[in-house]
Amino acid sequence: MQKIGVFVCHCGTNIAATVDVKAVAEALGHEPGVVISRDYQYMCSESGQNLVKNAIKEHKLTGIVVCSCSPRMHENTFRKAAASVGLNPYLVEIANIREQCSWIHKDIATATEKAIILGKAAVAKVHLNAPLTAGESPVAKRALVIGGGIAGIQTALDIAEAGFDVDIVEKNPTIGGKMAQIDKTFPTLDCAACILTPKMVEASQNEHITIHSFSEVTDVKGFVGNFTVTIKKKARYVDETKCTGCGLCTEKCPMKKVPNEFNMGLDNRTAIYIPFAQAVPKVATIDPNYCMMLKNGKCGVCSKVCSVGAIDYKQEDRFIEQKYGAIVVATGFNPINLDKYDEFAYNQCPDVVTSLELERLMNAAGPNGGTLLRPSDKTHPHKIVFVQCVGSRCDDSKGKPYCSKICCMYTAKHAMLIREKYPDTEVYVFYIDVRTPGKNFDEFYRRAVEQYNVHYIKGMVGKVTPRSDGKIEVQASDLLADEQLHIDADLVVLAAAIEPDKTARPLATMLTTQMDTNDFFTEAHPKLRPVESATAGIFLSGACQGPKDIPETVAQASAAAAKAIGLLVKNSITCNPCVAHSDELMCNGCSSCEKVCPYGAITYIDKEFRMPDRTTAVRRVASVNPAVCQGCGACTVACPSGAMDLNGFSNSQIMAEVDAICK
Amino acid sequence: METFTYYPGCTLRTKARDLDRYARSSAMALGISLEEPDDWQCCGGAYTTAKDEIATKLSAVRTLNAAKSVNRPLVTVCSACHNVIKQTNYDIIHDDEMASKVNNYLKLDEPYCGETTVYHYLELLRDVIGFDELAKRVVCPFKGKKIAAYYGCLLLRPSKALAMDDPENPSIMEDFIKAIGGTPVIYAQRNECCGGYITLEDKDQAAKRSGVVMRSAADQGADMIITACPLCLYNLKKNSGSELPVYYFTELLAEALGVKEENDE
Repeated sequence: MQKIGVFVCHCGTNIAATVDVKAVAEALGHEPGVVISRDYQYMCSESGQNLVKNAIKEHKLTGIVVCSCSPRMHENTFRKAAASVGLNPYLVEIANIREQCSWIHKDIATATEKAIILGKAAVAKVHLNAPLTAGESPVAKRALVIGGGIAGIQTALDIAEAGFDVDIVEKNPTIGGKMAQIDKTFPTLDCAACILTPKMVEASQNEHITIHSFSEVTDVKGFVGNFTVTIKKKARYVDETKCTGCGLCTEKCPMKKVPNEFNMGLDNRTAIYIPFAQAVPKVATIDPNYCMMLKNGKCGVCSKVCSVGAIDYKQEDRFIEQKYGAIVVATGFNPINLDKYDEFAYNQCPDVVTSLELERLMNAAGPNGGTLLRPSDKTHPHKIVFVQCVGSRCDDSKGKPYCSKICCMYTAKHAMLIREKYPDTEVYVFYIDVRTPGKNFDEFYRRAVEQYNVHYIKGMVGKVTPRSDGKIEVQASDLLADEQLHIDADLVVLAAAIEPDKTARPLATMLTTQMDTNDFFTEAHPKLRPVESATAGIFLSGACQGPKDIPETVAQASAAAAKAIGLLVKNSITCNPCVAHSDELMCNGCSSCEKVCPYGAITYIDKEFRMPDRTTAVRRVASVNPAVCQGCGACTVACPSGAMDLNGFSNSQIMAEVDAICK
Repeated sequence: METFTYYPGCTLRTKARDLDRYARSSAMALGISLEEPDDWQCCGGAYTTAKDEIATKLSAVRTLNAAKSVNRPLVTVCSACHNVIKQTNYDIIHDDEMASKVNNYLKLDEPYCGETTVYHYLELLRDVIGFDELAKRVVCPFKGKKIAAYYGCLLLRPSKALAMDDPENPSIMEDFIKAIGGTPVIYAQRNECCGGYITLEDKDQAAKRSGVVMRSAADQGADMIITACPLCLYNLKKNSGSELPVYYFTELLAEALGVKEENDE
């Protein structure tokens, strides 16, 4: 005979304001098998938990139902409480009467009725709950970091510091990411390369870190503690182990007209190239789209000049497979494409540039050796207009609905640096709002206005018209003075919105992690678990989770590393016992479940069965690997014969809930 | 020969005859038959944004329904007509209240629910004939001619309803210019308003705006400007103070196809 306890939480007024909790406790007390039904102000508090524990002991309860918040919030709390007094934690059921009831209803009568129904469904289910025991699975003591920008580098360094092996997979020929392209960093104006490149070198020299540059993750299998990842090492046509990075091949390569992506296409590179002087690894890469040898077999200069014989035109993509306990995503961001912003004439005029292009124009390793010159005629610009929020905070389909967060600060930085170096230059900044929260940030912006006399104008630029005399007409509104402005500028700089890297979405599919509508990775909890994804063992680092500046990125990168280390130090982790299993007598071997399983947990085996007529027969039946199964339930729905069932969410339990709701 | 219902609009009977007749002769040369409905009315010229105003939208619905009754797509060539008719069609589809009011008022044999597909003549060239195919039919290409496309404010906007091209960075007219052998000139003012609508109220403003457009095109080295809008053409020619020639795109099309001369009056 089942003895079930029901515990209804007020959650302060969160539930009690719209649900008559006493009526719920009273009603559920009459359900079959319920021997005790109580309500309490905060069931998750220590005294609330004690109430539950005492009731379990006193009434020798065989199952409990807690009517409270979402199971994502406190299911674990009550499972632990039950386990501490000897009740199997899987005999605890949560009826969510907060998120799915009190928060979304206004009428007390309706909400109370619904809360009672949800409670009844949980009682009906708990009658059928069976005690489950969680198994254990080992943890592979190695971490994978996807993305080798400042986020990925910091995460890898911190994990390596703790003594674990970590691999960085970077799609470009070098690590360093966007920070390597940036000239100076706010709010201290120190040079980005000076603080980044030592970290890059540290990463390459650390005995625990392996860098797979020019590589991509192509497949992820397994689960927390036990991921199997396939990494594609793209053919760079240069033997990494032989190349010394001397650069002779890049000097001699006759194909010199390849847009240089490191300098945002503002100058050219050769077909065989090392992205920049401090690249890590400092190894040449051949661009097959431009190399004449690879395209039509005529040239071969680089292989002739290479003294160590590192050039290999026949190199092919290689695939390596590695086991990891934890994966950290650090795929970063890109500025958006500005094709749809013709009003700013970005595609019409070379002197309309993005902020990242300006970084290169001002950088000592950039196309002009650090002197700010207009791309069109290499003259010094005397009047510069900055346009903020290009594509950020946009309510139409062209742009992004969010604030890109970093633009206000880097625009202030650009304006200040230009006024400092070229005092004869007039600088205008058009803004919607200036947003500079952060340590020493607002002071920085005020310095640009007050000390450097940058003209900050509230209002947006309506039209940018390039003229044949080289001037750029900027038409804008000054909202505070209520005036239309016409400025004849020499250079226009657009603070383009930032968006997640395009590789993030396919990666999210491989990792079975969630993304928001803007393709930023979703954290497990927006406040309390900001660096974990909802998928166990997958952590988030840097701008792949949302727009971030460098200090924030580094902080999050270290936080993600701490979480990954917390996982790697464990020798084994507790598995989820709510996994699928197959009734072999009912299974007809159709393979439907195998096809829908996203984790590859189902295989087919040939097994001998005794038949009714005392003969034996070999039949093909499904077999679930409980260590791989994540309990998603897809197979139970796909199985045509009803052989697949899920522990803790069996077909009979679900039907009992439905019956209770529909009664 | 493929047949389309063709709505010229009233301006094309008076001021903008060139826009109309070159559209017709070119269509014929391209193997397209344009059939005018029997009793069409003026489209109204401007689409009112008042939600509860339906009287001015009824004539557009009659035209759309005329095309529906013969089960043919509808082609228009004037920017303003195209704007009004496509917006009306869009609202009929997306605004149930307007659709029911319109139908209650018109009492058609069968209610009109946005069944007709509407093409601008340029879309006909791009989507039905294809610019590649058009390029093959050209006999007198505008080789070496630098031609600036003037979209104006109406041709592409509102982009959701008109669904013709990107309103800020369009390419349909530039692709047309390439198809007839010319070199398109991209200039910043190509999709800004010419001020034509306020000619009667404030001629100075119209002159100023049209001047800005013309200077921008001339500054980028254009030999001529083409447009699909009668009001723009008038305003750019008469008010801008610029000498840069302005033509309807259909005139250049007819010339490129070698059908201009014989149709000249």
